[in-house]
Amino acid sequence: MTARATAAELGADVRAGRRRAADVVEQHLRAIEAREADVHAFNLVLAESARAEAAAIDARVAAGEDPGPLAGVPVVLKDNICTRGVPTTCSSRILEGWRPPYDATVVTRLRAAGAVILGKTNCDEFAMGSSTENSAFGPTRNPLDLTKVPGGSSGGSAAAVVAGFAAVGLGSDTGGSIRQPASLCGVVGVKPTYGRVSRYGLVAYASSLDQIGPLTSTVADAALVLDVIGGYDPADSTSIPDPPVELSAVLGEGVDGLRVGVVQELTTDANPDVVARVVAAAAALEAAGAKVEEASVPAASYALSAYYLIAPAEASSNLARYDGVRYGLRVDGADVDAMFAATRTAGFGAEVKRRIMLGTYALSAGYYDAYYGKAQRVRTLLIRDFEAAYDRFDVLLSPTSPTTAFPLGAKMDDPLAMYLMDVATIPANLAGIPAMSVPYGAGDDGLPVGVQVLAPALGEAAMFRTAAVLEASLR
Amino acid sequence: MTVDGWETVIGLEVHCELATATKLFCGCRNTFGSEPNTNVCPVCLGLPGSLPVLNRQAVELAMRIGTALNCEVRRSIFARKNYFYPDMPKDYQVSQYDLPLNVGGHLDLPDGSRVGIERAHVEEDTGKTTHCHGVQARSRGGTGRIAGASYALVDYNRAGVPLVEIVSAPEIRSPEQAKAYVTELRGILLAIGASDARMEEGSMRVDANVSVRRSGTDQLGTRAEIKNLNSVRSLVRAIAYEARRQADLIEAGGTVVQETRHWDEDAGRTSSLRSKEEAEDYRYFPEPDLVPLDPDDFWKKAVRAAIPPLPVERREALAAAAGVEPGEVALVVETGLDPLVKAALHAGIDPRLALTRATNEVAGRDVDPASVDATAFAATLRLEQDGRLTATQSKQVLARVVTGGDPAAVAAELGFEALATDTLAAAVDEAITANPAEWERYSAGEDKLTGFFVGKVMAATRGKADGKAVTALLRERRGS
Repeated sequence: MTARATAAELGADVRAGRRRAADVVEQHLRAIEAREADVHAFNLVLAESARAEAAAIDARVAAGEDPGPLAGVPVVLKDNICTRGVPTTCSSRILEGWRPPYDATVVTRLRAAGAVILGKTNCDEFAMGSSTENSAFGPTRNPLDLTKVPGGSSGGSAAAVVAGFAAVGLGSDTGGSIRQPASLCGVVGVKPTYGRVSRYGLVAYASSLDQIGPLTSTVADAALVLDVIGGYDPADSTSIPDPPVELSAVLGEGVDGLRVGVVQELTTDANPDVVARVVAAAAALEAAGAKVEEASVPAASYALSAYYLIAPAEASSNLARYDGVRYGLRVDGADVDAMFAATRTAGFGAEVKRRIMLGTYALSAGYYDAYYGKAQRVRTLLIRDFEAAYDRFDVLLSPTSPTTAFPLGAKMDDPLAMYLMDVATIPANLAGIPAMSVPYGAGDDGLPVGVQVLAPALGEAAMFRTAAVLEASLR
Repeated sequence: MTVDGWETVIGLEVHCELATATKLFCGCRNTFGSEPNTNVCPVCLGLPGSLPVLNRQAVELAMRIGTALNCEVRRSIFARKNYFYPDMPKDYQVSQYDLPLNVGGHLDLPDGSRVGIERAHVEEDTGKTTHCHGVQARSRGGTGRIAGASYALVDYNRAGVPLVEIVSAPEIRSPEQAKAYVTELRGILLAIGASDARMEEGSMRVDANVSVRRSGTDQLGTRAEIKNLNSVRSLVRAIAYEARRQADLIEAGGTVVQETRHWDEDAGRTSSLRSKEEAEDYRYFPEPDLVPLDPDDFWKKAVRAAIPPLPVERREALAAAAGVEPGEVALVVETGLDPLVKAALHAGIDPRLALTRATNEVAGRDVDPASVDATAFAATLRLEQDGRLTATQSKQVLARVVTGGDPAAVAAELGFEALATDTLAAAVDEAITANPAEWERYSAGEDKLTGFFVGKVMAATRGKADGKAVTALLRERRGS
């Protein structure tokens, strides 16, 4: 694997006229041409529009304008992020051919910062899955070992970054869908504080949990991208009005005196080789001046169960609109109800159907309190437990995924085994707090292990400082 | 209503479209009658990835409704009501469920009765489906089968229009009281500018929950919900029909089932749409795309301060000014003519005359109360009161000057110059002289001959005489 140019380097070079955006695009398109057939990171490569965008960036630089910090940086978007006039499928048959009439807020912001959109990446259908095998268009393979999954659901974006197809990938993270593939592909992946990044234009899976975030080669790149896409958006009512701290500016501040807690509930069940990397990460932070202790977040043990009630419940409602009436797939039936049923039967894959059924059941009259209601109470407990932990600690540490990348097909017949891949990432979504995965060496199989850094709501600064120290400790 | 030992128990659910500039969750225009699917955007079409942003004006109007209905306006949350229907873009409706914006108010009716308001919550409207070739879908009055149908058309212009659903307590006891409730509610909605509240256009829609019970018992019977009530007339007829149907059913040994029933205006009857067992499970849960709606005290006070006088207060004020009972001025207030009558009273017009003329000659003309010329109204009544116009002439002049004009000039134009007093007196004397026998009987106290003499004078003056003035002169001549 050749060393990948970072977004920060590319942006700085293009901005300064040292490198042409057009060359950057061609270089990445060549990488795609060489390996995409094996990896299948993309649902759609936007070669022509990317070339046009790059040419426009170069023209602006030549005219003395500043296209922005991501000038000419090739970015790929998970295919559940809306792009004006460009198919957005969520890797589902039911949306095949649909072209959104608008850009997601993050896409608008990326373009305004000079980024070049290189394509739409594969994912688990409607972001439901942990391996990118639940795609209607076939699985993505891990570029580091083509027999292995890249993780999911943002597996296409993670694979694209590690394969050098793009400098930046955007993903969405509802229960770990950015961090887990980042871990399995050996890249940095960030799930921001709920409300920090606008969800406008992100096709909803579970609205109270979904967040868009970056997948990048370096911690600095993730900070750079988050600085661009984050911040208040009046189009998203759950967007946080406060102006966020500029992360790129605080990255180098170190962890001296920082209180770091290793979350026992999220660590003990991971594979020993993964736990060993978390221990090593804790040691590195201690060596850099942090104070490391064991931490406990008791309700985290119930997070997975609560998640698989709340997320499917919201999904059952969010995915109701795919009914064949207005857009996407329509399969005719004898009457309108039969048309609904035929369309949804043909259009959704097995995992999506499973979650719609789970969620419909959890919200049903007579079961609401026992399932959805109780899950929401667990969520409240979890938020309290995290708050208590953050009284003692500035950041928390855990594995991102309990294992390294697993073989394709290994967990497709056992949904529960697949769900368990997100056991350590789900709590942050339920609590609305930021968390990121930082590559920290390899497991016994030589494949990457990610360490998860968690912080209190809007505590991205401490989280990024910690991640930067971990990254530096490996050099 | 107590018929044959049965009491009718009615609760009304009134949906009204709010008169906002834009829709509830997006910037599309909220307007009636545009070309289909022209007032739409990704949000109100529920396109994937779109998100709602709450319209502040809609909240303000909903708060006005709650305040005017004496509700507590409080922290509320939006919820999703999930069911599949082609004219609902997201296949869920954003509404309010267990925590509505307005709770626990009441509405006072002109007859002095009071009806409790359980809640008034905010929600979005759906689009409109037009079934071609006789298609009738479930929950819109049909069987759900699209026999022989080739297609249906959906217009999403109405999707996302803000609604407030006002739910009364089951405290209404007759079709007439239901009518009074809807009329009063409509008056309030108009007065506070919350809605144009037109039942025929669908900007005000009424569903009635009807049950019956033996007179003198307290327990509520099983209710039926009646839909498709497109006018107050339908409401009255449907409730009367349904109460009769339920009472007959029970008397015949049957049982009322909880169900939704459809009112057929032409047939004059209700028929079953779906039973409780077939009812949808809406799977309500909190809308995660919106934050709780929690108006602060400052906002609530500002809303309260901006509420104009309501019909009940206006009735009381006018009744006091006119020296009559509030019920007697209900129609004048309902039609917005109380300022007109008040101005006439202020100009010294007899209250009864002002009320009668406003009710019969102005209210019936379907003119905008704001365009009625109060000065011309009072001036016309002044001419009538002074005997310079007869009642008949006064009504004819009013018809011409209701939205402005000079009553004296119009009267002259119509040839209504009142007779000079001496001309009238001469005509009366002439009638007396020409009919000595009748005059003798009249003078002896035979009052029924008044009409005879008035008729003679009218004939002689070609109808220009004022009957009251003639009578007065006759009495004067008789000396009583």
